[in-house]
Amino acid sequence: MTDPLRPADHADAPAPSGDSAIAQPKLGFVGWTRWGWRQLTSMRTALVLLLLLAVAAIPGSIVPQRSADPNGVSQFRVDNPDLFPILDGMQLFDVYTSAWFSAIYILLFISLIGCVIPRTKHHWQALRARPPRTPARLARLDDHAETLIPVTGGEDPVVAAGRAIDLAQAQLKRGGYRVERYDRGDVASVSAERGYLRETGNLVFHGALVGVLIAVGVGGGLTYTGQTVITEGASFVNSPGLGYTSFNPGRFVDTNALPPYTVTLDSFDVTYTPIGEQGQGQAGDFAAHVTVQEPGQDAREGDIRVNHPLDVVGERLYLMGNGYAPTITVRDADGNVVFREDVEFLPQDANMTSLGVVKVPDGLPQQMGLVGFFYPSAANLNTGAFTSAFGDLLNPMLTLDVYVGDLGIDDGTPRNVYALDTGDMTQLTGRAIDVPSLELAPGETADLPDGLGTVTFENATQEGAPEAVKRYVSLSVHRDVGAPWVLTFAIIALAGLLAALFVPRRRMWVKATPTDAGLRIEYAGLARGEDPAIAAAVAQLSREHGEALGVPAGDTPGDGGAGGAAAGGSGVSGASDASGDGADAESPRPPSETPPKVD
Amino acid sequence: MPETGLSLDSASVVLVWTAIAIYALAFIAYAVDLARRSDQALKAKDAVEARVLVGAAASAGRAAGGAGGAGQTIEEIRAEEAAAGVDLEARIGARRRYLWARIGTSLTVLGFVFHVGATVLRGIAAERVPWSNMYEFALTGTTLVIAVYLVVLLRYDLRFLGSFVTGLVIVLLGGAILAYYVEVVPLADPLKSIWLVVHVFVASLATALLALAFALSVLQLMQHRRERLAVAAAAASASTEGGKPRRQGPRFLRTLPSADALESLAYRFTIIGFIFWTFTLIAGSIWANDAWGRYWGFDTKEVWTFVIWVLYAGYIHARATRGWRGTRSAWLSIVGFSAVMFNFTIVNQFFKGLHVYSGLS
Ligand code: HEM
Repeated sequence: MTDPLRPADHADAPAPSGDSAIAQPKLGFVGWTRWGWRQLTSMRTALVLLLLLAVAAIPGSIVPQRSADPNGVSQFRVDNPDLFPILDGMQLFDVYTSAWFSAIYILLFISLIGCVIPRTKHHWQALRARPPRTPARLARLDDHAETLIPVTGGEDPVVAAGRAIDLAQAQLKRGGYRVERYDRGDVASVSAERGYLRETGNLVFHGALVGVLIAVGVGGGLTYTGQTVITEGASFVNSPGLGYTSFNPGRFVDTNALPPYTVTLDSFDVTYTPIGEQGQGQAGDFAAHVTVQEPGQDAREGDIRVNHPLDVVGERLYLMGNGYAPTITVRDADGNVVFREDVEFLPQDANMTSLGVVKVPDGLPQQMGLVGFFYPSAANLNTGAFTSAFGDLLNPMLTLDVYVGDLGIDDGTPRNVYALDTGDMTQLTGRAIDVPSLELAPGETADLPDGLGTVTFENATQEGAPEAVKRYVSLSVHRDVGAPWVLTFAIIALAGLLAALFVPRRRMWVKATPTDAGLRIEYAGLARGEDPAIAAAVAQLSREHGEALGVPAGDTPGDGGAGGAAAGGSGVSGASDASGDGADAESPRPPSETPPKVD
Repeated sequence: MPETGLSLDSASVVLVWTAIAIYALAFIAYAVDLARRSDQALKAKDAVEARVLVGAAASAGRAAGGAGGAGQTIEEIRAEEAAAGVDLEARIGARRRYLWARIGTSLTVLGFVFHVGATVLRGIAAERVPWSNMYEFALTGTTLVIAVYLVVLLRYDLRFLGSFVTGLVIVLLGGAILAYYVEVVPLADPLKSIWLVVHVFVASLATALLALAFALSVLQLMQHRRERLAVAAAAASASTEGGKPRRQGPRFLRTLPSADALESLAYRFTIIGFIFWTFTLIAGSIWANDAWGRYWGFDTKEVWTFVIWVLYAGYIHARATRGWRGTRSAWLSIVGFSAVMFNFTIVNQFFKGLHVYSGLS
């Protein structure tokens, strides 16, 4: 049975006849184009492209990707200097934006659209068509049953046939079938079809996939993300020029049109599992308490937590990290303040041993750089070095090494604020030159070497901060207008998939033929697509119809001779072939082996 | 209250080992069942044939079949398979009395009781859902594998999968407690989310269904080979008289439904698993959007979840494509489940990414 609703190489489609393969007409340009298009929109091509897509996605999980793991890429370059350019040439560090990956999914989606559009058209027609004519020989169908019922009370067999089919028609209609009568001569029959939702679901599913792709693509162009760092008491201004340490706008983002608001970090909370408990030292319950000031509105308070971003005028603020920002003051030999800042130290381990850099470009005879570690809970290692034993502020300590010389920032080259280039500098303290590093607790001041001045590790509580050392948070600011659409299409796709996979699409026929012996009633079903329950459905139809006709229950065809086809074939399409004609359906199970039926 | 937590957790561990031991016995019982099944089937068949007059061709085939499960004719195989197809769908009370399979199932149920106990205790000890690190994920995931198997048993007589299911669970659960065990620690912040409960649970459920589908696909391939060899043998003996009957695979295949029937059953499990997997993918994206600020970032775990999804979409297409239905689609199901296992073990432990919940250091 040809099915124009599906691609030509669908499993249910008839095998291509030999002639067409042999007598290939000469193809012109149009012919070749049409041939190519048909190839592209065939099931086989879709399948091959799907498998290619799966395989092509794998390298991106093995080789570090610039998008997900830029540091990994840099590291890879250092570790494999020879291999790197080769892999980079193959775009293996940008797999998901690479030409070859894009080619696969673009072809797949062209194939998808080329497949879905004609099917939608056909389905639209099918939705308004009547169920097809009853086939002449229903017994040829895999799932069929047959029964002979006596005509009682001298009723005209033709009238009885019509009445039996009326009953079947009503019954099928109640079962959600679309029904159509096809009476010819004495023979009455009804043709019924249900499950149009299956194809609808399939088309909705495939269409929604296109929706997902478009939403991802368009959304990506309108999306921006930025990173920022806020220390307790300080504020962030939402403007790429002012507030962000980095900003990545999509192609169509107007960076001047960001909503102007400010966010102040009032305090940051974190709890550490106490020493002696399971998971000691583990950090959790991170919460940044902030005040948001939107223009023209009252300031409002809010919290930013992991898994709970804060929504501000269509943007979302995510908590990405935290650390300590010791307040450091540097004075020159005369006691004038030449530097005073909350310096963000970058955590290096789970106990918040943190690395930080101070750059003092002006105010001292030479430029000066300080590099040091901050230990929230300082402890001595055997080697004499320090480490942090706990993430919280139990015993805060700062160690600093002093460098003087050229910071390399005068020529305007952008420098990483978190790293010190000591190439043009002289080290004045530190292990490398056997001069002890400066060690400071909050509130303490130490002399810089060579009478340069002093450095103070301020106790932040004197400024009104909740703790001796301020904390900072790193936030990620996102605006993603595509995401809600992606989600919407994904949910539509899921709904379509449910219908496409689980709604059975089937045709049913009931035919009544008056004979000398009585009424011969045939039932048959045809699954259209996967339908494990078709045989059971035919059996049920015949049983209920038999009951409606008043045939004694034991005689109903569902339990009778043809029942073998129903039971053996239910869901097991291969088996119904064998048992269809009853000849080799003989069970090899001897009576003694048959367990007692429990009803 | 760490003390109670600890003791509950160690009780949970004891229950896990008990469950493993019982499953091991169930595995043995199921294996014995498979070994004995073909004999039973043979005896039953002989009894039938003794009563029924059979044609010369069939008895010739039987002679070959009687000789230790060597070649059978395709007609014999088809008849056996048709009967097995009926058995597959038999109601619980009307099933064949395979003694050892019954022992296996009873033991599996018993092991399952301990297994559930272990999982629940672990959850109580941790004061949260017991699927937040690799050990717990394996614990809950294997519980679900058995649960799905037992539920499916109510509908289909799939006891021939018993040794596969118990074997898989023994390996995964034993491996998990040996290699992945970690003590209860507080949940890391990113895991404190309703999506942990939903996303991970549904992923485990999908895995359980795909595991059953995988086993059925393997059997489908074996059964297909048996059918193919029989057809080939028939063709050979038609041309040259007296071709030697060849072995056609393990004898328990004689009590299994046809390759077609196994395939359509595998397909049914796969599509339910696929729905759950699709949901897992969507739920994971929603979670990622809350936790990491983007719904999709081609993190290694995301990549593999996507690869698996596409592989199974490929499987469903293959089932619907002429020339791919049957053996080739079965291979896709096998590849798909291998990817699921790879994703759970290798990707979790050795691939760098944001999904660092293994709890291992
Ligand atoms: C992004 C790529 C694609 C994905 C992820 C995908 C996925 C799926 C899934 C999950 C199903 C099973 C659900 C259902 O029956 O509706 C399906 C079915 C189907 N797909 Fe696709 N598909 C894709 C592309 C295509 C293309 C390009 C074609 C056209 C050649 C196609 C044609 C079909 C057909 C005809 C079915 C019905 C199969 C049946 O009768 O069981 N699909 N697809």
